[in-house]
Amino acid sequence: MEVTLQNLTKKFPSRDRKKREEVTAVSDFTFKIPDGKLIALLGPSGCGKSTTLNLISGLQKPTSGKIFFGEDDVTGLPPEKRGIGLVFQNYALYPHLTVQQNIMFPLENLKGKEKLTREKMLEKAQAAAKLVQIDELMERKPGELSGGQQQRVAIARALVKMPRVLLMDEPLSNLDARLRLQTREEIRRIQRETGITTIFVTHDQEEAMSISDMIVVMKEGVLQQIGRPQEVYDSPANLFVAKFLGTPPINVFRGQVRDGWLYLGTEAVLEAKGIGNREVYAGIRPEGFRLQKDGPFGCALRGVEVMGRDVSVICQSEASLDPQIRAIIDSESTVDPQAPVVRFGLNPRKVLLFDRETEERILEG
Amino acid sequence: MSKEKLNSLKGWLYLLPAILFLGVFMVYPLIDVFVYSFEEGYNSASQTYFGVGSYNYSYVLHDTYFLQAVKNTFILVLITVPLSTGIALLISVALSSIKPLRNLFQTVYFLPYVTNTLAVGLVFMILFKKTAYSDGLVNLLINWFGGDSVDFIDGSYWAKMFVLCFYTIWVVMPFKILILTSALASVSQEYYNAARVDGTSKLRTFMRITLPMISPMIFYLVITGFIGAFKAYSDAVALFGTNLNAAEMNTIVGYVYDMLYGDSGGYPSYASAAAILLFAIVLTITCINLLISKKKVHY
Repeated sequence: MEVTLQNLTKKFPSRDRKKREEVTAVSDFTFKIPDGKLIALLGPSGCGKSTTLNLISGLQKPTSGKIFFGEDDVTGLPPEKRGIGLVFQNYALYPHLTVQQNIMFPLENLKGKEKLTREKMLEKAQAAAKLVQIDELMERKPGELSGGQQQRVAIARALVKMPRVLLMDEPLSNLDARLRLQTREEIRRIQRETGITTIFVTHDQEEAMSISDMIVVMKEGVLQQIGRPQEVYDSPANLFVAKFLGTPPINVFRGQVRDGWLYLGTEAVLEAKGIGNREVYAGIRPEGFRLQKDGPFGCALRGVEVMGRDVSVICQSEASLDPQIRAIIDSESTVDPQAPVVRFGLNPRKVLLFDRETEERILEG
Repeated sequence: MSKEKLNSLKGWLYLLPAILFLGVFMVYPLIDVFVYSFEEGYNSASQTYFGVGSYNYSYVLHDTYFLQAVKNTFILVLITVPLSTGIALLISVALSSIKPLRNLFQTVYFLPYVTNTLAVGLVFMILFKKTAYSDGLVNLLINWFGGDSVDFIDGSYWAKMFVLCFYTIWVVMPFKILILTSALASVSQEYYNAARVDGTSKLRTFMRITLPMISPMIFYLVITGFIGAFKAYSDAVALFGTNLNAAEMNTIVGYVYDMLYGDSGGYPSYASAAAILLFAIVLTITCINLLISKKKVHY
C-alpha cells in the first residue's frame, strides 16, 4: 500500500501555561512512501519521528494535512479502521496471555462478517508465528521469553490481520548489540516475504542505512531529506544530514573557496570548480583521506588506532570544528606514530561543501 | 569463628529487638489465648481454673448469642466485601477516565478514611434514626417517593443489617479506591494503544486487559477486606450502642468483648474459645482465597 502524507502538521500545546506558544512536532510534511518498501524515519530524539508514526497509525490526530493509504483518505479514521499493524517500542505484549493468545487477540476482535472460527484463528496465528519463527513457543508467557523473542511475538501480533501498513516504533532499541544485528535482518526478511509496506522509526543511522529501501531524515519536526540510503549518504542535502549519517561521523572544517580552490586554513587542498569565492563548511568523510607524502592537506598527528580491518588516524587542525579529525585508511599503509605532522590527499567525491550561513549543500558546477 | 557464621550471628543480633518485641507482645499472648480456651472457668484475678477440656468450645458453640454473632458476621462479610470492592472498582475506573476535577473527587472519596468511626456513626444515626421529632433524612426521602417510614436503628433485623452493611461499605471504600486508582494508573498506556489499534471494544479491553493487570491489587483488597470484615465490631457499636446482643447486631469480636468486659462478662475462657474459633474461620477463608487466586491472579 502506498502511503502519502500531504502537508501533515502536528502541533502540541505548550506545557508551560504562561507561554501560549505551541510546539510543532511535525511541520508540513509532504512525501510519498512507495508500495511494498521498508522505510526508516530517522532523526535525533525529539525530531518528531514517533509523532509522525502515531499520526500514520491514527493514535494521534494531525493539526492539519492529510494521510492517504493508496487512494483512501484515512485522516479521519480511527486506528482500528485503518488496517495497520503496530509494533510498540516496549512490545506491549499482554503479560497475562500466552504467546498464542497474544497473537490471536486482534483476530478475536473481528466482528460481523469478518468473524473467524476458532480453527481459522488458530491457523492464522500459527502461520504468523511460523513467519517470525516462534511457533515453538506458543504456550509460553511473554515474561518467559527473551527480548528478541518478545519482539518477534509483537511482530507476529501486528501481522496476523495482514495489515495494509506495518508500523514499528524503535523496534530494535530494547535489544542488545548482537541481537539487534540479527533482528534487523529478520525484519528485512519478514518485510520481503510479506511485501507489506513497512515504516519504522529509529534514531540509529546505521540501523536505518543497513536495512531500509528509503530513509526519511528529520530534524526538529522538519523534513530534511528522503532517498535511498546510499544516495543520502553520498549526497546529503545539508550539513545536518551529512553529520547525522555515517560512523565515524564526517569531519567538518571551516574553509573558503578562493579562485576555484578550497582552502582549509592557509592550504589550498582541493580544486573547487565553478564555485564563486565564499565562506564554506567543508565536510570530509573519514574514508575520503589517503596518505600522501606531499599531499595538500596537513594536520598535527595525535594518534593511530589499528582496528584490524583498517586504521584510524587521529589528528588536529586549526580549521576543524571538532577538536579531533578522524581519517580511516586501509591497514596496508603505515603511519609513523612519532611523526609530528601527517599529510593527506583528498578524494573529491568524499569532500562536501556547505554554505556557511544556511548550511545547505553547495553543488559544484 | 568463620566469617559466614559471624555474619549469620550478626543477622540474628539485628533481628533480636523485633523478635523479642513480637514474641512478648504477639506470640506469647496468642499461645496464652489458645491455652485459656482449654482451661475451664479460668479466673484472671486469681489465676485459677477448674479443669482442662473442650467445655469452653462446647459452651460457646451452643450459645445463641454466639451463633447470632457468627450469622451476623458472615452476612456482613458476604455482602460488604464483594459490594465494596466492586463499587470501588467502578468509581476508580470512572475517576481515571475523567481529567477535570479528578483531584477534587479523589479527595472527596478519601474523606471517610480520615474521619473518626464514631463521628461517622453519629451522622448515620441522624440519617437513619427514627425519633419522636423526625423519622430521619433517609425516611424523609422514602416518604417522598411514596414509601412508608422504616425504623433502621430499632426496627426489623434486615433494616438494621442494611444500615450496618451500608455503613461498613462506606467506611472501607476510600482505601479501596485509593489502591485501585493507583493500580489503574500503573497500567501502561501502551497496552491500551495496542488494544485500540487492534480494534478492541471498551468492555473487552477492560475485561481482558485492565482487570487481569490489576488483579493482584483486587486480590489484596479482597483478602484484607475479608479479614477486616470478620473483625468488625466498632461499626456496630457506633450505630447500635454497646448492648449489641439486645439489638441482635452483635459480631464475633463483639461477642469476645462482651465475654471479657460486658455486663454479662468476666469469662476469659469463653472469650478465648470464641477468639480461637474466629481465628480458625479467618484462616480457612484466607486459605480458600489463596487457592482461588493461584488460578485467577496474574502477577
